[in-house]
Amino acid sequence: MKLTREEVLHIARLARLGLTDAEVDRLREQLSNILENFEILQQVDTAGVPPTSHTVAIKNVMRPDEVADSLPPEQVLANAPQRDGDYFRIQAVLE
Amino acid sequence: MSIEYDRLTIYEASSLLRSGEISAVELTRACLERIRQVEPRVHALVTVTEEMALSQAQKADRLIAAGDADPLTGIPALIKDNICTRGVRTTCSSKMLENFVPPYDATVVERLGQRGAVIVGKTNMDEFAMGSSTENSALFVTNNPWDLSRVPGGSSGGSAAAVAAGEAFYALGSDTGGSIRQPAGFCNVTGLKPTYGRVSRYGLVAFASSLDQIGPLTRDVTDCALVLSAIAGYDTRDSTSIPYPTPDYPSCLVADISGLTIGVPKEYFVQGMQAEVEQAVRAAISKLEELGAKVEWEVSLPHTPYALAAYYIIAPSEASANLARYDGVKYGFSYRDAGSMWEAMEKTRQHGFGPEVKRRIMLGTYALSAGYYDAWYVKAQKVRTLLRQEFDQAFARFDALVTPTSPSVPFKIGEKTDDPLQMYLSDVFTIPVNIAGLPAISIPAGFAAGLPAVAKAKAGLPIGMQLIGKPFAEDTLLKIAHAYQQATDWHKKRPEV
Repeated sequence: MKLTREEVLHIARLARLGLTDAEVDRLREQLSNILENFEILQQVDTAGVPPTSHTVAIKNVMRPDEVADSLPPEQVLANAPQRDGDYFRIQAVLE
Repeated sequence: MSIEYDRLTIYEASSLLRSGEISAVELTRACLERIRQVEPRVHALVTVTEEMALSQAQKADRLIAAGDADPLTGIPALIKDNICTRGVRTTCSSKMLENFVPPYDATVVERLGQRGAVIVGKTNMDEFAMGSSTENSALFVTNNPWDLSRVPGGSSGGSAAAVAAGEAFYALGSDTGGSIRQPAGFCNVTGLKPTYGRVSRYGLVAFASSLDQIGPLTRDVTDCALVLSAIAGYDTRDSTSIPYPTPDYPSCLVADISGLTIGVPKEYFVQGMQAEVEQAVRAAISKLEELGAKVEWEVSLPHTPYALAAYYIIAPSEASANLARYDGVKYGFSYRDAGSMWEAMEKTRQHGFGPEVKRRIMLGTYALSAGYYDAWYVKAQKVRTLLRQEFDQAFARFDALVTPTSPSVPFKIGEKTDDPLQMYLSDVFTIPVNIAGLPAISIPAGFAAGLPAVAKAKAGLPIGMQLIGKPFAEDTLLKIAHAYQQATDWHKKRPEV
């Protein structure tokens, strides 16, 4: 099973990952090879086996909804590539 | 100075501090001097925090003078560069975060700080902890202090190499599929991955959230117990940390292991592994038997061969979701010359991530995408259930399982970089532990000296032994590992760098 060029480009688009043509070719080879090796998973009989997303049996950890200090805006924005006042600045979403 | 500080354990240095033979400031200066000496050859550190370290050392000296010292007070430590340190850049060895300065400390850093620890720097790693050799660092390659032409393992390769080379007394690492244990084995240090949930992940840059754990890399098991006691415990800021009390691990270290049962899973002694690794680990297991443990030599965990594939579906899937946050908007690298917002985001990720990170994002996105989700991701999660059940069954009979940490000794720099699958295979013995969320420790178990290829490393190349335990039974692992170190000297050997 070999991934097509179109499939690689489709996955890259889902991941919002820009790739050069050379990267597309290389990833096509490498991902195909990796997935081919991982086909062995299909040999395992998993009928009736539930999936495990987490190894510790805890769910819905709750805490009281109390107001507490959070980071001040200056610290939140300190690493911003581009800021505008107290906002993160990005390019227009809708042209 | 007559004392070789770079060879002391935390306990030894701590007693010198408390007896007043040396001050924390002097110890920190000695450590910084050692860093200056060996860094040009080892390249383990991304950042040296000299100024902060000296100010923390002064504070430690005041605590010691006041009689308020903990064994970690005044002891120089290193932190892997994916663990947030307030005001000190935390790069994940990625171009994406090259200039990122966290506004807060990770819980583990905060806890070390409360004990008066001295942080001397941040350690190199595979980019975003994805790799087994530290060659995937976007910054530079780290060399193994035992043979500078070889890798230190990964992804916590900087932490392991630095502790081996005496650049600090201990280091924190993170372990998603072996990233503490495999480099510990490659550099002849002690490395522990705690049970999932034992140590807070708050402030650890997320890679695969159901697998990641922070743990210590130290010069012996006693130090490991000490550091684990300091960093473990429930944290309200990590809802996956477990509200169990933290044992006082150092007090668990009685050297008597008679009566403990240890299983040797045959699937971890496979064709293709290096003969010297197998021989050394089998000899180490015989030593445990000699010390009184009841060893069963032919245990079977039949699903083991599927763990690698399950891991490399689950971990990249989680990573592809976690790394979606790097969009060039809130922090990190940001591509500016794009025509649109979407193009800016794609170019940011294209130029900010290195090849292995891109590979895993692609693999994970594929496994989670429509039409493949059930066949790959859910299938891998079901295999995960079987792997855990198999471990649970084994632990009904055994207190611990013992395996080699890696199938080989440290490999040459560049040897596996062209073949991702070969690189993935170097984690084949450590990965099942993360899949099942178990604790495991790697300790030095010998040296391979017979291979002609290792002639350059005069002392030979380190071999690690892995002990795997029941969930939250770190105390049992530490006890067995400590008994072994009381009876052997491998962990006392230091590289000439």
